[in-house]
Amino acid sequence: MHSQQILSKEKVSRRGFMGRGTTATLSVAGLSVLSGGAFSMASRKGAKEDPAADAGLINTALSLEHEGIAAYQIAAESGFLDDAVLQVGILFQSHHKGHRDELIKSVRELGGIPVEAKSIGEYATALGADQLKSQADILQLAIGLELGAANAYLGVIPSLNDQEYGHLFARLAADEAMHWTALKGAVGEALPQNALYFG
Amino acid sequence: MILTILCAAALAGAAAEDRQQIAVMQETPAIEGDAGRGEALYQRRCGACHSIDQNRVGPMHRNTYGSKAGSVENFAYSKALDELDVVWNEASLDAWLQNPSAMAPGTRMGFRLTDEQERADIIAYLRTVSEQGEAETN
Repeated sequence: MHSQQILSKEKVSRRGFMGRGTTATLSVAGLSVLSGGAFSMASRKGAKEDPAADAGLINTALSLEHEGIAAYQIAAESGFLDDAVLQVGILFQSHHKGHRDELIKSVRELGGIPVEAKSIGEYATALGADQLKSQADILQLAIGLELGAANAYLGVIPSLNDQEYGHLFARLAADEAMHWTALKGAVGEALPQNALYFG
Repeated sequence: MILTILCAAALAGAAAEDRQQIAVMQETPAIEGDAGRGEALYQRRCGACHSIDQNRVGPMHRNTYGSKAGSVENFAYSKALDELDVVWNEASLDAWLQNPSAMAPGTRMGFRLTDEQERADIIAYLRTVSEQGEAETN
């Protein structure tokens, strides 16, 4: 994280975002232990020769979404976010919950066992939440995670056997890019000069 | 019986071909990496799942370079990684980042990094942080 890129809390306004938040409340994320994936190799219409391989890759994406949901939860409970930012965080978290649900459905379609979320405490440790001291810190963390997620989804598409899941991953990447773009605008950072930035 | 022998021979041939393919893939890259560029790229390309000092979706990377695949403590690897008999160096990391599934079928990492220079830069960064980690240990 580059300190010169961090803007103060006061500079981040609702107007800076490209979307408006919802008024939904955040729920506490589920507490469960990460479990391994044993696959029954059930067939799925349209799936190619190795459904277990696709299910494994989709489960990794599911782990990523669990972490994203937890990250927004940690941010919401930090006490550092002003109301406008909190509302946008709630909206983005709801998108990640939608991603999670779609990925769970996909893993099950392939006969796999969806990986479960870890505890909020484990995610807080893994994400270095104790280092977050301001709204600006949180926004920079979110920007990094959203960029990484967009790139991760795009980078996995060639490894998927079933192009239906490739299409799903492209849609997920687009959502992550939307979040990243909104967050970059919120902190007043310039967008990339070059095309083909993601992937 | 003859069919069984033919099938076995064909499978053995295919396995040998796979091993040969991996061996070919694991040539040391000709491009030199830049660890400074690699640090920024690491955040963009790998940061969704990995950190240097924390196990997350994927294992931490502090001492990855020079270590055996699947050897980070307290990380639950797939069977594919547990069984992968590889030590991470320029050649093996380059092959891995090009196509993890080809190197370890069944791996849960499907991310492919197609740009050769980006791979070299990230590998240079991983080597640097691993050497730093080793120096701090000694």
